[in-house]
Amino acid sequence: MTFFSHLRKAAIATAFVLGATAVHADEQYFPLQSYRVGPYAAGGTGFFGGFIDYLNLINIRDGGVNGVKLTWSEGETQYEVEKGVEVYERLKSNPGIAAWNPLSVGIAYAMIDRITDDKVPLITINHGRTDTTDGRVFPYVFPLLLNPYSETSGIVNYIASKEGGLDKLKGKKIVVLYHGSPYGKETIPIYELLSQKYGFELSQIEVPHPGNEQQAQWLTIRREHPDYVVLRGWGVMNPVALKTAQKTGFPADHIVGNVWSNSEEDVIPAGDAAKGYTAITTQASGEQYPVVQEIVKTVYGAGKGNLEDKSRIGSVYHNLGIVNGILNVEAVRIAQVKFGNRTLTGDEVRWGVEHLKLDPARVEALGAKDLFHSINVSWDNHEGDGYVTFQQWDGKKWNVVSDWIAPDWKLLRPIIEKSSEAYAKEKGLKIRTAEDAEAVVSN
Amino acid sequence: MAVQALDASRAPIDWQKFALPAVLIVVAYGLIPAYASSYLVEAILLPFLALSLAAVGLNLLTGYCGQLSLGSSAFMAVGAFAAYNFNLRVEGLPLAVTMILAGISAAGIGVVFGLPSLRLRGFYLAVSTLAAQFFVQWALTKFGWFSNDNPSGVISAPRMAVAGFSLDGATGRYLLSVTAVIALTALVWRLVNSATGRNFIAVRDNETAARVIGVPVLRTKLLAFAISSFIIGVAGVLWAFTYLRTVEPAGFNLDRSFQILFIIIIGGLASIRGAFLGAAFIVVFPLFLSRFGAFVFGGLFDSGVLDMSQRIVLGALIIIFLIAEPNGLSALFDRLKRRIGSRSS
Repeated sequence: MTFFSHLRKAAIATAFVLGATAVHADEQYFPLQSYRVGPYAAGGTGFFGGFIDYLNLINIRDGGVNGVKLTWSEGETQYEVEKGVEVYERLKSNPGIAAWNPLSVGIAYAMIDRITDDKVPLITINHGRTDTTDGRVFPYVFPLLLNPYSETSGIVNYIASKEGGLDKLKGKKIVVLYHGSPYGKETIPIYELLSQKYGFELSQIEVPHPGNEQQAQWLTIRREHPDYVVLRGWGVMNPVALKTAQKTGFPADHIVGNVWSNSEEDVIPAGDAAKGYTAITTQASGEQYPVVQEIVKTVYGAGKGNLEDKSRIGSVYHNLGIVNGILNVEAVRIAQVKFGNRTLTGDEVRWGVEHLKLDPARVEALGAKDLFHSINVSWDNHEGDGYVTFQQWDGKKWNVVSDWIAPDWKLLRPIIEKSSEAYAKEKGLKIRTAEDAEAVVSN
Repeated sequence: MAVQALDASRAPIDWQKFALPAVLIVVAYGLIPAYASSYLVEAILLPFLALSLAAVGLNLLTGYCGQLSLGSSAFMAVGAFAAYNFNLRVEGLPLAVTMILAGISAAGIGVVFGLPSLRLRGFYLAVSTLAAQFFVQWALTKFGWFSNDNPSGVISAPRMAVAGFSLDGATGRYLLSVTAVIALTALVWRLVNSATGRNFIAVRDNETAARVIGVPVLRTKLLAFAISSFIIGVAGVLWAFTYLRTVEPAGFNLDRSFQILFIIIIGGLASIRGAFLGAAFIVVFPLFLSRFGAFVFGGLFDSGVLDMSQRIVLGALIIIFLIAEPNGLSALFDRLKRRIGSRSS
């Protein structure tokens, strides 16, 4: 009976681990489905490093959120869906869970039903399923700051601003080079919609996964002679695209990267070919922002910094983790105002995220002015109107080259609602109202 | 001869033979639903059951019939997507029928990609089944119809019910899974002990000799592909509907095919028990190692270092097991049993 003895051992180990991490009163717990090994470790270590650094800052500097200490533990997922589910099942029995932050579309999808049953928020900052923006259908899922549709609209608005206005897009030619995966294909209809609306010529070219050979695609691009190429890449596809562009003579400063093509890890391997390349981001990189400085001083100063390689402090993924930390912690703080300074239930934190309104003044008070713009989440808008900015790579670091740009949310909302309503129908879900959102489960 | 064989089968019933299945059924339907924690069911038993079933299917093809296949996860994907589409497009189709139709769809694709087996053998056949792996994943991503034009191509599993009882809870999904696995395993067990099963083995051991004694080699090979793909297709439904509750083409990649192949190699080729032992080893053991590692060393190293060391330990254990018993865990298990038996007698 080796199998069952394994099971028993596993069960005993479970009991031990759970016992060891049991939280006392007035602690708020963050379960982290991190990925520090595997092909996406660069993103995982940066993001979860930044997130943990910010939680540490709040604990060390402020003694927690209004006296409620923040705790967390990690489970390695390697970005694989089934490992993410295993970690979810392992960590979910911990008391005082604030929110889940998997930073993986696949894992997030597998968790939607589960966290909805548990009534705990699932935060998918800058990514995730676009139609979860509709809080009427997805009460517990939050694609904060930017969903893929808004990203598309932001990129087109940026190109328009470079050309001198949306009306100047007419007759221009844009090529979208996308990763041959569900993620890569998600924005195809939105680019088409915007092309019809603004009258630019559009051609969308697929790069099969993983994208380490793109000669054919770039030769096609050279033939089509576009004004801009949008790079909707992933992993190794990004540096290869930049190198191949250089080889075929397409200028890097006319390539615009999306939110998964915007990190140091995407450009450094391309070397010189990446100079001048521009990419969208919701959070600027660099360590000059007061909150990043405080993390360097307080957290790394105390030897509690999470990044092993200190030169990655202030990188795109590290800053994304910090912004994610700010949003999580502020949601807890806002919920505390209503429910009291104590350990909150998942549903109370959900209420907090649905009232997460940080205007530029509040963002400045948090030491994050220019790091990110603002957020304005409501019970039915779970994205929160995030602004985007564009950074250009100079061969050593990213420099911000645009103002904060607003995507065209009004245009996108009906498409999102159509998709979420279809989902609700498929699943037999009731569309939530504002009153439903105010009903909060506190045990 | 025939009379003797008949007599042998009338020999006193070997109760020991029935004791183990009886205990398993009591545990599967009595103890686990009543006492198991949600972690045990959701994170261990559901993936274990789905992968065991896939391994039983592949073992039929590779272990019994000798046809090496690297397309298992493609057949799982076909099963999962077929079940999703039947459920979506045919109103009120009972869950059991959906699963059978999904299995039949996978069997159809399996036969198509099994055709090269009529001319190719061994590694060459493995490479040609690789085509199934790439083709299916490409087709499912390329044509939006398969995922109901969901913009991201990832679809969530529908609500499940049998005769009005919802199976959406952990226990419900577990019972569905375990019932499907037991039913199909029983079927395979019958099959390998039948004339068809002996044909499979004859084709594996010596194709020419099998042809000479009158085994219809062509039909036998295609039948093996069909039945094996049927079972793997149903395993795909279990994986997507009961375990992950989401279906995405990228989840059924080449790694999964290798994983299933390794399960039957480690567990033991041409052994149903081997499929279960191998799946237990591949699914449960890494989790146990990871929990143990986190418990003992959690404070000292970050999760990345721990995960890397677990891989090293797991890899070393696989090598040690296979050196100790090249025929897999199933044979190792038999040897242990014999040794304990001989000591006690």
